[in-house]
Amino acid sequence: MKENSIVADQFENAQQQSEAAHLGMWTFIATEILFFGGLFLAYIVYRHFYFTEFVAASKHTEVLFGTINSIILLTSSLTMALAVHAAKENYRLQISRWLALTIFLGLAFLAVKGLEYHDDIENKLVPGAHFDPSLPAQSQIFFWLYWTMTGLHAIHVTVGLGVLSTMLLLARKEKFSANYNTPLTLAGLYWHFVDIVWLFLFALLYVISRHK
Amino acid sequence: MSEENKNYLSTGDTVKSWLLTTDHKRIGILFLFSILLFFTIAAVAAALMRIELLTPQGDLVHADTYNKLFTIHGVLMVWFFLIPSIPSVLGNFVIPLMIGARDMAFPKLNLLSWYLFIIGGFFAFHAIILGGVDTGWTFYTPYSSAYSNSHVVEMALGIFIAGFGSILTGLNFIVTIQTMRAPGLTWFRLPLFIWSLFATSVILVLATPVLAITLALMSVERIWGIGIFNPKLGGDPVLFQHLFWFYSHPAVYIMILPGMGVVSEVITCFARKKIFGYYFVAFSSVAIAVVGFLVWGHHMFVSSQSIYAGMAFSILSFLVAIPSAIKVFNWTMTLYRGSISFEAPMIYVLSFIALFVIGGLTGLMLATLPVDVHVHGTYFVVAHFHYIMVGGMVTAFMGGLHYWWPKISGRMYPEKLGQLAAIIMFVGFNLTFFPQYILGYLGMPRRVHEYAPEFQIYNVLSTAGASILGVGYLLPLIYLLWSIFYGKRATANPWNATGLEWQTSSPPPKNNFHETPVVTEEPYNYPPLNEIGEITLASNEHK
Repeated sequence: MKENSIVADQFENAQQQSEAAHLGMWTFIATEILFFGGLFLAYIVYRHFYFTEFVAASKHTEVLFGTINSIILLTSSLTMALAVHAAKENYRLQISRWLALTIFLGLAFLAVKGLEYHDDIENKLVPGAHFDPSLPAQSQIFFWLYWTMTGLHAIHVTVGLGVLSTMLLLARKEKFSANYNTPLTLAGLYWHFVDIVWLFLFALLYVISRHK
Repeated sequence: MSEENKNYLSTGDTVKSWLLTTDHKRIGILFLFSILLFFTIAAVAAALMRIELLTPQGDLVHADTYNKLFTIHGVLMVWFFLIPSIPSVLGNFVIPLMIGARDMAFPKLNLLSWYLFIIGGFFAFHAIILGGVDTGWTFYTPYSSAYSNSHVVEMALGIFIAGFGSILTGLNFIVTIQTMRAPGLTWFRLPLFIWSLFATSVILVLATPVLAITLALMSVERIWGIGIFNPKLGGDPVLFQHLFWFYSHPAVYIMILPGMGVVSEVITCFARKKIFGYYFVAFSSVAIAVVGFLVWGHHMFVSSQSIYAGMAFSILSFLVAIPSAIKVFNWTMTLYRGSISFEAPMIYVLSFIALFVIGGLTGLMLATLPVDVHVHGTYFVVAHFHYIMVGGMVTAFMGGLHYWWPKISGRMYPEKLGQLAAIIMFVGFNLTFFPQYILGYLGMPRRVHEYAPEFQIYNVLSTAGASILGVGYLLPLIYLLWSIFYGKRATANPWNATGLEWQTSSPPPKNNFHETPVVTEEPYNYPPLNEIGEITLASNEHK
């Protein structure tokens, strides 16, 4: 199995290498949480400042698209976990299958998001001169946050798709096995993180004030 | 030269072997030369400002140009010199050596950090050439996002990219220190430099992303023409300040903690003593990093923040002084009855302690609400943070650079010149910045190119000091370069210091150690001194 568990020069053994990689990914996720944190803070502050405007605005987000996308992403997390599980159980063929399905679901998420953005533009929900005049002025802050938060999240999904495609290529070359699956596991961690961020966005932008 | 005797410098001298290197030692040197370039540009901007301030009238530059000068100076010094100075140069070089590892945990990521730094630097430099930025290094909204007619977005992009470079550096340090220590090297056998860099890395990883998102939001607002920090729409400019200082105050500790680490290394070596209160010094670094995240509001005492928030931030700011003072007391106790010698690194470290005490105590004055209302936005603040950033960090950087220079270059620097430069820097620094305390207390505002005539005498003193300081910086630049070619060859351990980095040859081989070291004792285990504080004969012999 030596070719499958290559230990880089600087490490003593595979275990040390794997520990380092895991800690690195968790540290990176901590960074990412703080990166999104600035936006969440802004959301909390302005929701507090302009509560009624936020309630009025949030009724205009497309909850159907949001719900479909939540289901898609949650399912993709499941298929991702199954890909990692397949690697750990040495079912090599299944790794590629589950990965391909995860990538497909990621693309579907972006497609639905694109349709939703299209509708949002038609419904004049872009802050600025052409903003829907029937909504209070400060709702623009809500939609400014909506666009930047979901936009930043979509960038993360896109990066994640790039990572997963690389993993798919490696899986096709049979690089992963029960002995060596660190890159796949860590790509999975990242994908779950992106998924969790979406759940918070879904709650804050689509659901929270809908029935007020 | 046989393969066995090759060191990291002689394993290849092509440009490619440097630009594609993954050796932490070479990356440290890449950082050294790049930050020196930015330091020089920023220092020229400072020199121009000091010349302008020789006279009360604005006779050298326009107000607009002056704004751009202090922005260039601030942005480049903070993000392109101070933040990477000790971590990316000295930290990169010595962390794996100190913990007995062959390299960082992620060597390629390490190189990527340098490239991100260079790309970010390119954008910053480009923004300057296009005509500069006039917002100050703080980019306060809505001026930066709506009104400033300068290249704000490009400069912010430069900082954003370089910021990800420092996040990756911090990540690499955390993982390396956590997972790559040599057998037997437990946490409490680690040199204190490692503790301080670990604390620094935690700040780098947790604070820098907040700066990144803040600058991104500011830039989107500027490009989109509408945003959340502009009061026109009901946005809150103070929110920008909260987010900015949530990064930028901890960033101050990014700029001082590594310096404190250098002090602990050097002071034990040149006092020939174990550090006094290892645990206290180690945990005070962690305490500074943690409490440092809770004090950002002291930058906003007069920015419409509530008075109760102001009081809380004031108290928390006082709290940070405790771990800082613990360090100073412990260093002083380490000196007590030590066998002290005054090589250049030691002179730098002693001036660090003196200047840090002055800078720190005036920091307490600024953390006091009523005093801050009086001196807010004056030269008092400028003097305070230069005592910490320049008197503290730059001095420590010079100290560390001299201390590890034999290891880095394999050559000794000329000792007498080194001592002379350290003293010139100390004198020049105090003459430059002490008058600024007086200026600020008397009410001279910062960031102005014209001022009332009664302030002139202090400004002339300050400019005179800056010229001396300039000589102090130029000297090491010349003799360190000279020593690379003509300096005396350094032995593996010229200072007779403890620490793993001194057990391998100078300069070290590419993989640092010929065999992985095993650690069996605590750090700074210098041979005991006799009753009158002299080194016992046995240890004198191998000196």
